Amino acid sequence: MTDPDDAVARRLDANAAAGPLAELFTVDLTVAMATCAGCGNTAPLAAHPLYAHAPALVIRCPKCAAVVLRYASGGGRLRLDLRGARLLTVTLDGAAAHGLSPVQ
Amino acid sequence: MAGTAIRRRLSWQRADVLAVQREARRAYRLSLRPPDWSGHLPGQHVDVRLTAEDGYTAQRSYSIASAPQQPGIELIVERLEDGEVSPYLTEVLRAGDLLELRGPFGGYFVWPAGDGPVQLIAGGSGVVPFLSMLGHHRATGGLRQVRLLYSARTFDDLIGQAELARQPSTVEVTVTLTRGAPAGWTGLTGRVDARLLAEHTIPPAQEPEVLACGPTGFVEAVANALLELGHDPIRIKTERFGATGGP
Repeated sequence: MTDPDDAVARRLDANAAAGPLAELFTVDLTVAMATCAGCGNTAPLAAHPLYAHAPALVIRCPKCAAVVLRYASGGGRLRLDLRGARLLTVTLDGAAAHGLSPVQ
Repeated sequence: MAGTAIRRRLSWQRADVLAVQREARRAYRLSLRPPDWSGHLPGQHVDVRLTAEDGYTAQRSYSIASAPQQPGIELIVERLEDGEVSPYLTEVLRAGDLLELRGPFGGYFVWPAGDGPVQLIAGGSGVVPFLSMLGHHRATGGLRQVRLLYSARTFDDLIGQAELARQPSTVEVTVTLTRGAPAGWTGLTGRVDARLLAEHTIPPAQEPEVLACGPTGFVEAVANALLELGHDPIRIKTERFGATGGP
């Protein structure tokens, strides 16, 4: 078996955060492009590594590994830390194609 | 309208469990009928939640195995020895039970639009979203070229054998077994590396959309090998589902 403390082996893709993030966002945030506040790298959020074993969901930059987004739900509260994201770009055509529409 | 759709997708609902069937050595196929389901894209997943009597909850994401054209949804769950959720889903859950889920989610790792070639690469239960995609491709009579390279531990670990055996002529399925093959096995053996990818996948010159899904180590090794071979990272999508023993 793999060492359960091995953070590398526990790395997921942020695609798996689509459900939890939908608690807060009306569009599918995992198809949004995220720009890292640290290094400026831009990639679909779903293609970022996700560490889901921490108390919060932690999404890191695929290039420099800085924390881009942290999200936690529990105790009747949702908490979002976006300090590490300089920009999130949601393409509305893409969102519509996935059965969602932008908020009015 | 959109607001309603979003609320539905977000609400936990109790799906009827129609059947739980053994799919492979460690994998079970759950046939579910969510009461409120507006369809899914091939490759999407649902979140499943278990709640203990004391209120403790555990939640996991599972890819949908069935094509959107099929009624209800099917999940294929691999039993992890030290798992918190999968032992319940594979050993305790029975037809007639209810299972709490929400979804579908994830618009990134889905069947690519267009007519260009598609290369699917699966490690272990990473084949599950591809079963949905291949089912969709078959149901829609798609003409694009599709290849699946599927790495499993042993023959008994192969998921979706029946489906994979009846693919249209546009689809080519290649299986490699990494931990021993039965007598008479004529397929590949050994791990997926750059050489195996070069010989058994659509070459980068044809600019295929590449989707790779499996345990984290498998997917990262495959992604690196694909870059080595000259695939454009813009056309590579990965879905790492963590350390689950590996293919």
